[in-house]
Amino acid sequence: MSRLKDLQKNLFGGTTSNARQFGMIFTLVAIVLIFQVWTNGLTLRSDNLIALFQQNSYILILAIGMLMVIVAGHIDLSVGSVAAFAGILVAKSMTEWDLPWPVAILFGLAIGAIIGAWQGFWVAYVGVPAFIVTLAGMLLFRGGNQFIGNANTIPVPEGFREIGSGFLPEFGPNTGYNNATLLLGLAAAVAVVWRELRARNTRRAMDADPAPMWVSILRMAIMVGVIAFATLRFASGRVGTSFPISGIILLVLVIAYSFYTRNTAGGRHIYAVGGNSRAAELSGVKLKRVNFFVMMNMSVLAALAGMIFVARSAASGPQDGNGWELDAIAAVFIGGAAVAGGIGTISGSIVGGLVMAVLNNGLQLEGVGTDKVQIIKGLVLLLAVAIDVYNKSQGRFSIIGSLMRPFRRDDPAAPVSPPDAEREPAKAAVSG
Amino acid sequence: MSDVPILLEMRSITKEFPGVKALSDVNLVVRAGEIHAICGENGAGKSTLMKVLSGVYPHGSYSGQIVYQGSESKFSDIRASESAGIVIIHQELALIPGMSIAENIFLGNEPRKRGAIDWKAANRMALDLMARVGLQEDPDTLIKDIGVGKQQLVEIAKAFAKDVKLLILDEPTAALNEADSRHLLDLLRGFRSRGITSIMISHKLNEIEAIADQITILRDGRTVETLDVKADGVDEDRIVRGMVGRELSSRFPDHTPKIGDVFFEVRNWNVRHPISADRQVCKNESFVVRRGEIVGFAGLMGAGRTELAMSVFGRSYGVYESGTIIKDGKEIVLKSVADAIDNGLAYVSEDRKAIGLNLLDDIKTSTVAAKLSKIRHHGVLNEVEEYQAAEAYRKELRTKAPTVDEGVSKLSGGNQQKVVLAKWMFTDPDLLILDEPTRGIDVGAKYEIYGIIQRLADQGKGVVVISSELPELIGLCDRIYTVFEGAITGEIARADATPENLMKQMTSTKKMATR
Ligand SMILES: Nc1ncnc2c1ncn2[C@@H]1O[C@H](COP(=O)(O)OP(=O)(O)OP(=O)(O)O)[C@@H](O)[C@H]1O
Ligand SMILES: [Mg+2]
Repeated sequence: MSRLKDLQKNLFGGTTSNARQFGMIFTLVAIVLIFQVWTNGLTLRSDNLIALFQQNSYILILAIGMLMVIVAGHIDLSVGSVAAFAGILVAKSMTEWDLPWPVAILFGLAIGAIIGAWQGFWVAYVGVPAFIVTLAGMLLFRGGNQFIGNANTIPVPEGFREIGSGFLPEFGPNTGYNNATLLLGLAAAVAVVWRELRARNTRRAMDADPAPMWVSILRMAIMVGVIAFATLRFASGRVGTSFPISGIILLVLVIAYSFYTRNTAGGRHIYAVGGNSRAAELSGVKLKRVNFFVMMNMSVLAALAGMIFVARSAASGPQDGNGWELDAIAAVFIGGAAVAGGIGTISGSIVGGLVMAVLNNGLQLEGVGTDKVQIIKGLVLLLAVAIDVYNKSQGRFSIIGSLMRPFRRDDPAAPVSPPDAEREPAKAAVSG
Repeated sequence: MSDVPILLEMRSITKEFPGVKALSDVNLVVRAGEIHAICGENGAGKSTLMKVLSGVYPHGSYSGQIVYQGSESKFSDIRASESAGIVIIHQELALIPGMSIAENIFLGNEPRKRGAIDWKAANRMALDLMARVGLQEDPDTLIKDIGVGKQQLVEIAKAFAKDVKLLILDEPTAALNEADSRHLLDLLRGFRSRGITSIMISHKLNEIEAIADQITILRDGRTVETLDVKADGVDEDRIVRGMVGRELSSRFPDHTPKIGDVFFEVRNWNVRHPISADRQVCKNESFVVRRGEIVGFAGLMGAGRTELAMSVFGRSYGVYESGTIIKDGKEIVLKSVADAIDNGLAYVSEDRKAIGLNLLDDIKTSTVAAKLSKIRHHGVLNEVEEYQAAEAYRKELRTKAPTVDEGVSKLSGGNQQKVVLAKWMFTDPDLLILDEPTRGIDVGAKYEIYGIIQRLADQGKGVVVISSELPELIGLCDRIYTVFEGAITGEIARADATPENLMKQMTSTKKMATR
């Protein structure tokens, strides 16, 4: 009994962020297993897994930026259009102006930065709500894409396609697997163990008891197991395929941005602004700078996502990125972010995105039509968030949220939620 | 009193939150037509008890019985308790700032005619209700355009719109000035004479002594005793003894100030209102603070003390016009809050919930929020140092919370205030500006906070205290400035400070410095 309690506490309501990470992966695994059974093992086949990653890496990249935008209390509807706009310009730059592809990538990121600066300016310095600014941006850059491309598709050169459809190279002795992927998996396993041990040390340094050793070991074992399984799957695909380059890009971004949001002052400021912007301002946070940054960062990531998509489909077209904003926003909310801002994590959003991706993929494997897939996805989004909201209001363990929050523990008690107006900088009424 | 029928009896109420037992076996007996006060330290469980009573925490989420008007009540939500005539006015007002008085009064309860809201009737009824609470305003006035005192009255009018039998007020006077408080208390007396029963929570013991018939004291989630004010001859000291469990001989710790030289000076400070540019909120104000000195700012509500403090604190209020700040003999220009913090200023705001804290944060995140650079090494925040710092302040300030991982939204009001104090002490300020630092804080904790303020001063810091409670300023401060309508009207040394002469200068435009 006490062991069971221990397990429950450490895996779910746990006190270390590692516990939550683990619980989160647990959720995803459950969903994968359901589809694995339903599709008679198709879901976890190498080629399907690889395709799943390639088809969704750009959405997941968007989810990273979107998470930060939403945590800061904004929204970005323009990401799909920005992606398409950057995509067509990059494609053009290579075919018509003969930019070498590495330069073209930098060019694409620069376009993202400029667009982001434009949107960030309106949001942060003029104070137009991001909803409006990016709704305008959505039209603006969609139109821009079609204007520049004349509503045509523009193909992109071979080298560039690597970032969307390339794989880790083959090298070294013939192990029957892709060696690079094996090394990557090994590195991931080592990282997981190292993190767990470090988290234990941190708890100890805080004079708090770390989770019992056996829980840590169980947790590490399961994580390493999942990593080993995935590694072997990715490494044993069709010859010439392995872990996709776009997956590597995503991985690097996830690690970098998780670190940024959790362990740096800049990251904390985003949460502070979303939680209570006036309080943040009075604590020395530069509000405008934070808002500008999250909007700009989003557009840079959107441009990157656009380029990866163009690279994968070998050409840039007028319909690229249609509806991406909705997928990215859904991923973030399924991942436990709060609509009002201030709450959410990168890892949560990634899992949210993967849940949607697996769902999409599984239903397609089963031959369910896109009409029904959309209906199901819509219901899942609604249900996932509704269950989460319900659980929170009951003061109970929130499946998604509590597992995925890095340094926020629980939400304010729901019963007497302060009126929204309290959060506003209603400074007209200072007394004194 | 025992012949008066019992209106409400709460029997052995126990309420647990994850990890905290907020109430254990609490009993409360309220007789019809009385004013029943509930006293207790911060976190004693007063608000929680009232939330149980009013159905905020529904039946089933607590154990124990509520017997109301002779039968057991099992309220499933606030609506259920309201329809039984129990109306609660929470510690934090729940009005919608952008709506008018009439709209707020009838929110969710709108008079209708053929399906549509009958605004004519609503305004007429609103006027009637407003008259009953002594509020003279146009019912179309927006809530955000009236002061806190009047907002409080709107809340009460709203309660009357619901045909109230038992009115619960959670710290109704905490944010009110003396005149407004007096008006409110008179109002409660009037209700009593009309047979309306009230339960009132307050940390202002003088008010309780003046108005309550019965006092129930809670400590650590348990009922300590119920006192009959007249029969038992209860006075403030008696209440304090029940609350803290021992005699508290003095309200202010002994302190011999060690005052040094002037190190902080504001000269000819002029600031305009952020929206109506023709309104000047700071009119050529100048003041000085010495090292080791506690300087008070007295004034009526709306006198412009908060505006002065915030505009000095990195121009966080209003539009700066002219004026200089001199610290340690050098002029400093503080264009942002970050500048102000870097230059050793700290400002503890009067409204901890709206602008002092991010309620989504836990204690440790809040503690370090204003000076992340202290736990940052090579750009990375050190979680261990964060934890240790927060833990150290939790112990020093005796914040009541199981761990520093606790979310600040779950703390009682007084403990939230301690977290805000910790947050600003963590920035190691030279000048600490405290705006209403003891609002909503119990006597014991007040004493502790006074001690902390004195310790900070003894470390050679300057402390500025803005307070609406004159006894607090007189007991704590070495020197007091009076402010009236955005101008400093006087400066009084501790020895000369009396409520009478402070009041006189707080209400006159004439400058009569006794320098
Ligand atoms: N939603 C909640 N979740 C967890 N703990 C809570 C919650 N609400 C209150 N508490 C805890 O219950 C205890 C009693 O809180 P309560 O707000 O009733 O105190 P109070 O007597 O009203 O104090 P104050 O005078 O400061 O307003 C405190 O320890 C508080 O931290
Ligand atoms: Mg309370």
